[in-house]
Amino acid sequence: MKTLIRKLALTLGAALSLALAALLSPAVAATGGIAWDKFPEKRITDMAALQNGAKLFVNYCLNCHQAAFMRFNRLRDIGLTEQQIKDNLVFTGVKVGDTMHVALDAKDAKDWFGALPPDLTLIARSRSGGQGSGADYIYTYLRTYYRDETKLTGWNNLAFPGVSMPHVLWELQGQQRAIFADEKDPHDPARTVHVFKGFEQITPGTLSAEEYNLAVADLVAFLQWMSEPNQGNRVRLGVWVMLFLAVFTVIAWRLNAAFWKDVK
Amino acid sequence: MAEFKEAPAGAPAAAQVTTWLQNRFPTAFDAYKVHMSEYYAPKNFNFWYFFGSLALLVLVIQIVTGIFLVMHYKPDAAKAFASVEYIMRDVPWGWLVRYMHSTGASAFFIVVYLHMWRGMIYGSYKKPRELIWIFGCAIFLCLMAEAFMGYLLPWGQMSYWGAQVIINLFAAIPFIGPDLSLLIRGDYVVGDATLNRFFAFHVIAVPLVLLGLVVAHLLALHDVGSNNPDGVEIKAKKDPKTGIPLDGVPFHPYHTVHDIVGVSVFLMIFTAIVFFMPEVGGYFLEYNNFIPADPLQTPAHIAPVWYFTPYYSMLRAVTDPMVNVFAVVVALAAVLAVLKGGLAGKWKAAVLVAALVVIAALKIFDAKFWGVVVMGVAVLIMFPLPWLDRSPVKSIRYRPGWNKWLYGIFVLNFFVLGYLGIKPPSDIGTLVSQIGTLFYFGFFLLMPWWSRIGEFKAVPDRVTFHAH
Repeated sequence: MKTLIRKLALTLGAALSLALAALLSPAVAATGGIAWDKFPEKRITDMAALQNGAKLFVNYCLNCHQAAFMRFNRLRDIGLTEQQIKDNLVFTGVKVGDTMHVALDAKDAKDWFGALPPDLTLIARSRSGGQGSGADYIYTYLRTYYRDETKLTGWNNLAFPGVSMPHVLWELQGQQRAIFADEKDPHDPARTVHVFKGFEQITPGTLSAEEYNLAVADLVAFLQWMSEPNQGNRVRLGVWVMLFLAVFTVIAWRLNAAFWKDVK
Repeated sequence: MAEFKEAPAGAPAAAQVTTWLQNRFPTAFDAYKVHMSEYYAPKNFNFWYFFGSLALLVLVIQIVTGIFLVMHYKPDAAKAFASVEYIMRDVPWGWLVRYMHSTGASAFFIVVYLHMWRGMIYGSYKKPRELIWIFGCAIFLCLMAEAFMGYLLPWGQMSYWGAQVIINLFAAIPFIGPDLSLLIRGDYVVGDATLNRFFAFHVIAVPLVLLGLVVAHLLALHDVGSNNPDGVEIKAKKDPKTGIPLDGVPFHPYHTVHDIVGVSVFLMIFTAIVFFMPEVGGYFLEYNNFIPADPLQTPAHIAPVWYFTPYYSMLRAVTDPMVNVFAVVVALAAVLAVLKGGLAGKWKAAVLVAALVVIAALKIFDAKFWGVVVMGVAVLIMFPLPWLDRSPVKSIRYRPGWNKWLYGIFVLNFFVLGYLGIKPPSDIGTLVSQIGTLFYFGFFLLMPWWSRIGEFKAVPDRVTFHAH
């Protein structure tokens, strides 16, 4: 029995370390863009942050992007009442039990932006990759828009170079310019590389830089929550299931020992 | 028909019901004895012997969760993705059922790979258990088909493009390839027709075959009896009075209570994944698969799910230079067979002609086709293992010491191939996977020779067992 327990512990350890290794090196390679900033994860459990995120989402994103798998009344899970949802977040003619569709016609979208704005229900899950979580990516993306007159929209982005969406939150953030410098390529002295040196604020926004970061964090927290509204419950329930199984394992172990003590 | 029994007058109700059933369904009572209470399994089972019962548990999990998923899933290209999200969001407990099913798919492969590994190190496939092994290999094949077709159903980007890539491989088969891939797809691109037929295969056809094979696997096992870590036949030493193997214990209750320990530890790991990290860093649920399938947008990097990647690596390893290596290996093998094989003249000629035909075929057909062949043979090569292994002993415990290293490198190689199959192709990666592929095939094809070399230890008469 001792060897059995040792082996079980070893496997458990091996399985956990494998899982850890897997988490540390996610399966999907990242493509393009700068290193991602870390999304402040605490906000995902902050109801006020999620509610503010929902407000920003409905006001700024839901005009072009839809969230076709998300129902308005699911927002009750982040502490809003059905009446609050109806009064503040649902606009003309949409029922509170409907999913978040937009009136934007797919063909128009293609004509105006060159691409259909992607559905945002699962955006936080689908953008995870080698550099971090999908939330990290969006948190970086929404904060690294800069003025670029060579682009059709007049905007470019560090996390998503050549993005077709203009900076929708520009009134909040204000306009900024990216400063690049040409430096020698460390791998090939004959070539120069374009290196990002920092942002320069051109016009101020209605929010300070700090306030803007917090607002984006709230919006990203909402997107992360929306990608799996049940994620908090899932983890809470999981703790109970694990506790039950731990007790069950002890009982199973002693039951086994009780039977096998007679086997010589 | 068995004798009609009569419960004694005034017997308790339970005894009366039992007698009533015994008279009407004696088969069930016989089966209980044969497979449970009087199935004598070796008492020295170790850690590796948990994975058979765990595979059965995962099979049950997959069937039960699968039934509930089908209640809400829509096998329709326009609705499939949305219906999965509907299950995840709106169906009560749907998220749990779905995560159990997606985690179960990966768990199935982990458990089955470990179960196969057990068979390999303890020689469980050797006489008289060849057929059990063959049924098991067929189960593995079914499992791969089941997993591949099931993966299309969520209709995400990776579902779609993974299926597209793999089905296109069939098109590389000479002559029939294009028609064959068309037959599998049911359309010129992966589409609604593909989704519908994969759904039919995934929920009905393959599970039926799989269940039949599992029954055959278990019946054949219980006919010849289980092997054990010592590779000793426990039926050779029986109690002269009872006829019960001296080293055997009744499967129930001894191994059932033992397996419950394994089940509870397994469930701890399983539920930890389901509740705390269902995506497992993009390995169990790939991130790209949260984007609905888009036939017009190919993802930058298409990789199969982790359990297929060792084989996918071998497929990618077959480049034109690799085909030349194969040709040289075939030529060398033929020359060796002629010079050292001790064959009659007629057979020598036959070997040379066969080798020439194979080399010609290698050069005529595309490397892509040979990649498909290599991938297929890598799985099928498991089937003849009982006849490839010529070792006089079963268990690795009594084989020459260096065998442990060889088996260890085999596993390591399998992991490396799996890792490379996840990554985008690179020059060094291709080279390593080519060496890995040659090692993988060398391990099996040269087994008739290497398995006989070295000093074998004496196999004991009875199993080694330390009482708890």
